[in-house]
Amino acid sequence: MKLTIPEEELMYEGTVDCQGCGASLAMRYALKALGKKTFVVIPACCWSIIAGPFPYSSLQVPLYHTAFETAAIVSSGIKAGLEMKGIDATVMAWAGDGGTFDIGIQALSGVAERNDDILYVCYDNEAYMNTGIQRSSATPFKAWTTTTPRKYPKARPKKDIDEILVAHEVPYVATASVSYPEDFIKKLQKAKEIKGTRFIHVLAPCPTGWRSLPEHTIKLARLAVQTCIFPIYEVENGKYKINIKPKNPKPVDEYLKLQGRFRHLTEKDIKDIQEITIKKWKKLLRKEEFS
Amino acid sequence: MVKKVIYGNHAVSYGAKDARAEVIAAYPITPQTQVVELLSEFCASGELNAKFIKVESEHSAMAACVGASATGARAFTATSSHGLALMHEMLHWASNARHPVVMANINRAMGPPWNIWTDQNDSIAQRDTGWLQFYCSTNQEVYDTTLMAFKICENDKVLLPGMLSLDAFVLSHTSEVVDMPPQEEIDEFLPPYNAKYKLDLEDPRAFGSLMFPDWYYELKYHQQTSMEEALKVVEKVGKEFGDRFGRHYGLVEEYRIEDAEIILVVSGTIAQTSKEAVDVLRKEGMKVGLVRMRTFRPFPKEKIRKIASKVNKIIVIDRSISFGSEGAFFTETKACLYNEKDRPEIWGVIIGLGGRDVTVEDITKIAKKGKDGKFKINEINWWGVKL
Repeated sequence: MKLTIPEEELMYEGTVDCQGCGASLAMRYALKALGKKTFVVIPACCWSIIAGPFPYSSLQVPLYHTAFETAAIVSSGIKAGLEMKGIDATVMAWAGDGGTFDIGIQALSGVAERNDDILYVCYDNEAYMNTGIQRSSATPFKAWTTTTPRKYPKARPKKDIDEILVAHEVPYVATASVSYPEDFIKKLQKAKEIKGTRFIHVLAPCPTGWRSLPEHTIKLARLAVQTCIFPIYEVENGKYKINIKPKNPKPVDEYLKLQGRFRHLTEKDIKDIQEITIKKWKKLLRKEEFS
Repeated sequence: MVKKVIYGNHAVSYGAKDARAEVIAAYPITPQTQVVELLSEFCASGELNAKFIKVESEHSAMAACVGASATGARAFTATSSHGLALMHEMLHWASNARHPVVMANINRAMGPPWNIWTDQNDSIAQRDTGWLQFYCSTNQEVYDTTLMAFKICENDKVLLPGMLSLDAFVLSHTSEVVDMPPQEEIDEFLPPYNAKYKLDLEDPRAFGSLMFPDWYYELKYHQQTSMEEALKVVEKVGKEFGDRFGRHYGLVEEYRIEDAEIILVVSGTIAQTSKEAVDVLRKEGMKVGLVRMRTFRPFPKEKIRKIASKVNKIIVIDRSISFGSEGAFFTETKACLYNEKDRPEIWGVIIGLGGRDVTVEDITKIAKKGKDGKFKINEINWWGVKL
């Protein structure tokens, strides 16, 4: 039997994540793809905990924990240091959506503009999950969080971080989902070989924060793609390629109804989300066509 | 041996170059810009083999230095005032992670209102971040301290970051002769940094992970004992530097204090002005001396106690104010004398905030007023404030 996922495990068992944690799964795949010659930089996020408290580490590669807003630039500093020491390795910043879309965007933008030679992976669980489910700018339209209560759910759409990175003209930007591990791994392996700033945005469901069942993590990350809510595509040197194109996108309702964070949605809300989703999807199709 | 007439800022750049900094990350701010301009030239021309990361903020400058230092590279940056304030979080990070990053800070007043001139409130505000703090008073000392700072901070017993401060414009933009030893001799004095702990593919470990109260407290204890150890290392390195290059440095510089009855405690360029004032007063027959504070962190308590035991009066002149309290050097000086049996009388004077000029006449007047016992005790003595 030919295996589609590398067998090597660089993450130990017994991590202190929640049941059905998408972020944990994402790291496992990422290290399988990148291999041992990888330095990992983790800012404040769920992974500050998942990586294990002192004196433990759940990773079999060097790991540097850093301040919330500094994943990108600390990675650049590490890369510069390694280059001076003649060490050739991948430096991977591994940050949540808060550390990427919000507090870390300035340093990330600086790194991307200079095209510093790092791989930046954002595992996106769509809110500040580690601090207890507060909204981030990655939180979707109309979602509940502890700072966007059901009566006043999030009024603004999710920030389009991928387009922001594309606008920096970095060599590689890609989205991924933990439900499509072959695609995710292929992208990581491709990114590993590229020089410059590489950005991968992986959707990582959070049963605790999404108010979903742990056994639905894979299903949800797949439905997000099949409904076109979270399209899977890559932009290589400005050229768009949609990697997974659902022929007949599933209704968004199928994705939304499995999550308690959308429990309060009205018929009209769902209709609005459906329309916005398809509109955005069509825009992406055209970007692919014209790039 | 090369002698050059250079700005204080360029003395920093030459210092970082001759120290063979490997990673430099910096963001421009007046009056620091010349430091990084010259360093970027050195890097671009290949005169210095280093990676220069032209970051988008000072916060990122320090974060990049932290990352570089974690790999065992020698990391350097320079900033001033608001830039230093923006770094605050990462200053803690560098120290808590025990990264011997070296930084030059051009002492500049904090806004608002905007003010680009000198005072020490920027660096004094970073007192508790776990950085060694050196205050320089000549361009030569700026250059020498840059070299020494790496050697002190990278010492196994210290392993803490260090900041050297120089006064905005009064030093940063003033030209003086700076004597720079040949590179081979500097390399002998300051060999490459061989990090004891670093990110290593062969020995993969996690740095900075969550630590419970069972462990954290002891780390803080060790950070403090390393600071205390640094007192000895500063003197040791200062002596070695002197033996090699002819210029000796200690925790403090004593000037004409042998038979002094009254002593001025000062730092930065005010010390140079004060030396002149001491000479003037000595000619008039006043037994006055001067102690120039080179280090603020660690604070040289023993040194101060020893000096204080021989005098009747001390005037501490601060170019900073801790609002709600008093000048920082004044507080520290008093605090370390509290348990002494024979304490001298001690007064605190604030002067020259936001770059207000400090003249020889100011200092002679201050010394005379102190001698006459006319300063207020337990209160701030504001010098030259227009009310």
